[in-house]
Amino acid sequence: MRVMSQMAMVMNLDKCIGCHTCSVTCKQAWTNRAGTEYVWFNNVETRPGLGYPRTYEDQEEWQGGWVRKPNGRIALRAGGRLKKLLTIFSNPKLPSIQDYYEPWTYDYETLLSSPQTDTFPVARPKSLISGKDMNVEWSANWDDDLGGSHEHAARDVMLRGIEDKVKLEFEQTFMFYLPRICEHCLNPSCAASCPSGAIYKREEDGIVLVDQDRCRGWRMCVSGCPYKKIYFNHKTGKAEKCTFCYPRIEVGIPTVCAETCVGRLRYIGLVLYDADKVLEAASIEDEHDLYDAQRACFLDPEDPDVQRAAEAAGIPADWIEAARKSPVWALINRYEVALPLHPEYRTMPMVWYIPPLSPVVDVIRDTGEDAEERGNLFAAIDALRIPVEYLANLFTAGDPEPVTRVLKKLAAMRSYMRDINLGREPDESIPAAVGMSGEDMYEMFRLLAIAKYDERYVIPSAHAEQAHALEELATDCPVADQGGGQQDLFGEGSGYPTPVAVENFRMLQDRQTSDTLASPGDKASRVNLLNWDGKGAPEGLFPARKED
Amino acid sequence: MSTLLWVIVPYLCLAVFVVGHLWRYRYDKFGWTTRSSQLYEDRLLRLGSPLFHFGMLGVVGGHVIGLLVPRSWTAAVGIDDHLYHYAAVGGGLVAGVMALVGMVILIYRRRTVGPVFSATTVMDKVMYVFLGAAIVLGMWNTIAGSIFSLGGEYNYREGVSVWYRSFLAFQPDAELMAEAPVGFKLHALVAFGLFALWPFTRLVHVFSAPLGYLTRPYIVYRSRDSRPGQPGSTPSRRGWDRVG
Repeated sequence: MRVMSQMAMVMNLDKCIGCHTCSVTCKQAWTNRAGTEYVWFNNVETRPGLGYPRTYEDQEEWQGGWVRKPNGRIALRAGGRLKKLLTIFSNPKLPSIQDYYEPWTYDYETLLSSPQTDTFPVARPKSLISGKDMNVEWSANWDDDLGGSHEHAARDVMLRGIEDKVKLEFEQTFMFYLPRICEHCLNPSCAASCPSGAIYKREEDGIVLVDQDRCRGWRMCVSGCPYKKIYFNHKTGKAEKCTFCYPRIEVGIPTVCAETCVGRLRYIGLVLYDADKVLEAASIEDEHDLYDAQRACFLDPEDPDVQRAAEAAGIPADWIEAARKSPVWALINRYEVALPLHPEYRTMPMVWYIPPLSPVVDVIRDTGEDAEERGNLFAAIDALRIPVEYLANLFTAGDPEPVTRVLKKLAAMRSYMRDINLGREPDESIPAAVGMSGEDMYEMFRLLAIAKYDERYVIPSAHAEQAHALEELATDCPVADQGGGQQDLFGEGSGYPTPVAVENFRMLQDRQTSDTLASPGDKASRVNLLNWDGKGAPEGLFPARKED
Repeated sequence: MSTLLWVIVPYLCLAVFVVGHLWRYRYDKFGWTTRSSQLYEDRLLRLGSPLFHFGMLGVVGGHVIGLLVPRSWTAAVGIDDHLYHYAAVGGGLVAGVMALVGMVILIYRRRTVGPVFSATTVMDKVMYVFLGAAIVLGMWNTIAGSIFSLGGEYNYREGVSVWYRSFLAFQPDAELMAEAPVGFKLHALVAFGLFALWPFTRLVHVFSAPLGYLTRPYIVYRSRDSRPGQPGSTPSRRGWDRVG
């Protein structure tokens, strides 16, 4: 047993209202730069829909992830090492910018500088790629809320095999939102595809990152990731991806997308897993078994043997404690309501989803029946094959059984809690019908419905024994690392690197404790940027040069 | 004059090449990339890029054989001049035409596809001039010199190659180059220029050819603490082992 810890996320899709706040705040934090205009580390898709980039789930086309070979071993779907090197000069499966969307801005200048005319001046869309006028025809969420679905949705890859049963007429279809970030897989095919070895998985928390100094822009990771969550920065020529907001996670605060989620549907916590079992689980023959196989890799943090092994593996005590309190562990293994996204890609994804019951509830409500009555809900889950089969295509490689089980649990919770909320005697046969105790069901309800910030996000911060270093107290010998070949003695590279979060913390502290709004003393002689027209460099735009 | 051209200039270019790479690797790892434009345009690239790159691999291989392997060695394994000549001209032509056609496609693409053109730097353009000139002159030497024997017979294996090996051994014999035909001289000079430019262009990606991929494990694990200088990480201190 080789115990490793993984920072993981669960999203409760029933609570997602598709407001895109996560996407917007993520973009503001990470990808509001030149070269990443088209990049959304976090995006929210309306399902049924094509997703972003379009039809990314069609691995016959895009060749992402792993496949099991007849000899029982898994191999990269796009081909092995030699094939990768032979196709390195032109990646045969790289999505073009049109598969994502051509990013654009508007020519706002004409609104301000237009001469007086009979008609209103128009701010035309300009491509951020070519700089020319363009027709806006697609974006990261063009089919939001089923917009244009009568044209596009039939091409949704997940509808294959059930297309004849699905009515895509607007009023009759079912719909839900799917927020997506990088899955930070246990068996990441992006890392395996990287010729330079620049993509790595952190030993401590399993976050998958791209080393920007080692990436050489070969682009194999972009096509290797079946979720298409690695993006090519076309200005720097380097691959970029969701970082699980590691500078925030390291100091114990949740990712930006989770922090700002208005529906509070995201849960972050640790999962302990046995790294020796991952490859075996990913290689299992029947795709339907992948969900259970991945769950079998996870280790019960309450088990004393696991705790001992974790300690021996160098996982600090506070991390083991955090793993015990992890809401992610609870939702995946204790209540068994969270499911992985596309386990059939065999990457062992670590962002899991609680499938939405609401499409089913909506159907019952529309018929005028009691949508919170257990019998009605159970019957509807069994009868409404379409939502279940669709969800199964997303979360269980097409096996409807686990999806049905989860939806019934959620339905039972609805009925059970209604009795309690109305002050009636709780009906213990309801939780029993889905194999749970009343106590467990109530705890699950608490976690899903009213869990507070510190219960939803259980994130152990950087190690206590390193706090000394994080504080950067000047009690270390400044040349202690000389000979270790790590730092320069003098100049720019000397001293210790400043952790990102501490830097931010300092900036925040400076701002909060300084006497003036802007700290420099020569503020009075500076140009007020709010009054600056953006042209030229008036005197006082920059601070005066220091005369030597 | 011949000392300047065939001793001083080559060594200057070599020094810039070596020191420039060390400097670039030390201070600009972030800028060390292929700067791929495949995201903008795929159709022409799919044709031009493999043609050019595989052609160039052949060209480089040919140069290694032609410049570094002495005539006596090939003679010793029983390859006479005639056979060698055919192999060299044949292989050189195929590789050269591939590289040239690929380069024409790539430059046409770079000029006509708007986003690709606007992502082209001045350094790119200068580099294309040198690279293009070197390839064209090299082709000229192969076709005009070796096939049609314009300007008389010249066996570069007794002239240019010997000079090149003496240059690498730091015992340069400038006279050998001074006697070479003008096509070879120009080709060599343009190549020196290209080598001097090399570390400051996207050509640095040649030295990142990911051959290690063939042997490394698929999934790379790395500790948060193992790399100093990485944002958000703290270096581990010697003498302090992690507790617990």
